[in-house]
Amino acid sequence: MGEHTVASFDEELGQISKLIRDMGDLAGSMVSGSTKALLTSDNALAQRVVSDDAIMDARQRELDDRAITLIAKRQPMANDLRAVVGSIRMAGDLERIGDLAKNIAKRVGTVGLSVTPRDLSHSIDAMAQLVLIQVQGVVEEYAAADAAALAQLRNDDERIDVKYTSVFRELLTYMMEDPRNITACTHLLFCAKNLERIGDHVTNIAENAYYVLTGQQLPANRPKQDETAMATPA
Amino acid sequence: MNIMTEQSLENAVGDKMNAKSNEVIKMRGDKVGVFYGEKQALFDVNLDVRLNQVTALIGPSGCGKSTFLRCLNRMNDTIDSARVTGKITLDEDDIYDKNIDVVELRARVGMVFQKPNPFPKSIYENVAYGPRIHGLAKRKSDMDQIVESSLKKAAIWNEVKDRLQEPGTGLSGGQQQRLCIARAIAVSPEVILMDEPCSALDPIATARVEELIDELRQNYTIVIVTHSMQQAARVSQRTAMFHLGYLVEEGATDKMFTNPDDKRTQDYITGRFG
Repeated sequence: MGEHTVASFDEELGQISKLIRDMGDLAGSMVSGSTKALLTSDNALAQRVVSDDAIMDARQRELDDRAITLIAKRQPMANDLRAVVGSIRMAGDLERIGDLAKNIAKRVGTVGLSVTPRDLSHSIDAMAQLVLIQVQGVVEEYAAADAAALAQLRNDDERIDVKYTSVFRELLTYMMEDPRNITACTHLLFCAKNLERIGDHVTNIAENAYYVLTGQQLPANRPKQDETAMATPA
Repeated sequence: MNIMTEQSLENAVGDKMNAKSNEVIKMRGDKVGVFYGEKQALFDVNLDVRLNQVTALIGPSGCGKSTFLRCLNRMNDTIDSARVTGKITLDEDDIYDKNIDVVELRARVGMVFQKPNPFPKSIYENVAYGPRIHGLAKRKSDMDQIVESSLKKAAIWNEVKDRLQEPGTGLSGGQQQRLCIARAIAVSPEVILMDEPCSALDPIATARVEELIDELRQNYTIVIVTHSMQQAARVSQRTAMFHLGYLVEEGATDKMFTNPDDKRTQDYITGRFG
């Protein structure tokens, strides 16, 4: 894409796109930090994730300000308009990812006090890895303007849903085996649910990014594999 | 419940498509070319103007949009060196046919210019002039009726009804432009051509004229040339983008300003033209 006749317009768009990148990187580091803290009972790391959320919120407010100002000043059109509006929406999803990571981090203390969480959380580890790949991937593919990769990434959320279903069943088994596991497993279940929600926000971001790049909406239906609703007795 | 929703959605989409297929072409340009002497200013333009819709012509200066507009009521005839090729039809009649009465054509296809240009006469006479030369009013009361209804349609009646005998040139710029629109309407045209009608107006006067354009669309077909992208996006249903004498892209306005197909359109509307 060529440059604007007004150079400062390019600068302003660049600042917004840099903020999205920063927020994406921060979201990735928060997700990886919170799950690592959970799996290793690392309270200091958990604290860092909690304080990172304040930075995330500040970035989102800055992005909103810049985007609103740019719309007022430049009245962007076509791909510029899509980029600005898309950024506002992506920032919203990234901010939510930050909240969910913070929520996981906040549980680290409680789970750590309970019995042997490490043994109970193997499958969560695998799920967290999948989520992390998705979070990092979506920001990278958007920066690389790879629409096809974004469409694929959105469909890959299915794998997280499958994983979530199996974590759910596994934790249920632990709780039935030994009621002393119930507290820890319930917290872990919330963590797993948070990871699954993070995956959903990633698909939102991928859909938005796809629209920004192509001007086309992805089809409404995507594969869904969360079967926990059916797994619970009615 | 879900089935109902899907059904009604399908109906809505169906209605939209029917509406589309019912759209009537009011004017059609077929391979229109314009030469000023040896120099060709417009190349092979195929463009449809749809009934009761606002068609906006956009593009950088010198792209041929005003040239095309002026072909639609043969304003280019007034320039000696100008030569028009191709075919332009109004309700399927060739407007460049030698049997066409140009004066009558310009009554059917009226024009509003960039700079408000009221005659140096009274407000009343400005509007009455056209109907009089076309013999549209037999009695004074008929003429009064035409003047009043034209000024009302141009949304300026309340501002001038008590001073119809004052000179039109004494009005503010925005009022003058609406007076010119009233003058164009007075001869009951079918199509109104507007060449940057708001470029000499302040934002409030511009908003009034834009509001007016939207109302006029119910009864007239409008083609507007504008340098303001936002204005084209606001007032038109169809947008045509010109560049270097060629029609680059034509389509639904909503799509043109969010996701145009052609890179030149994209570059122009986003402010990237080199």
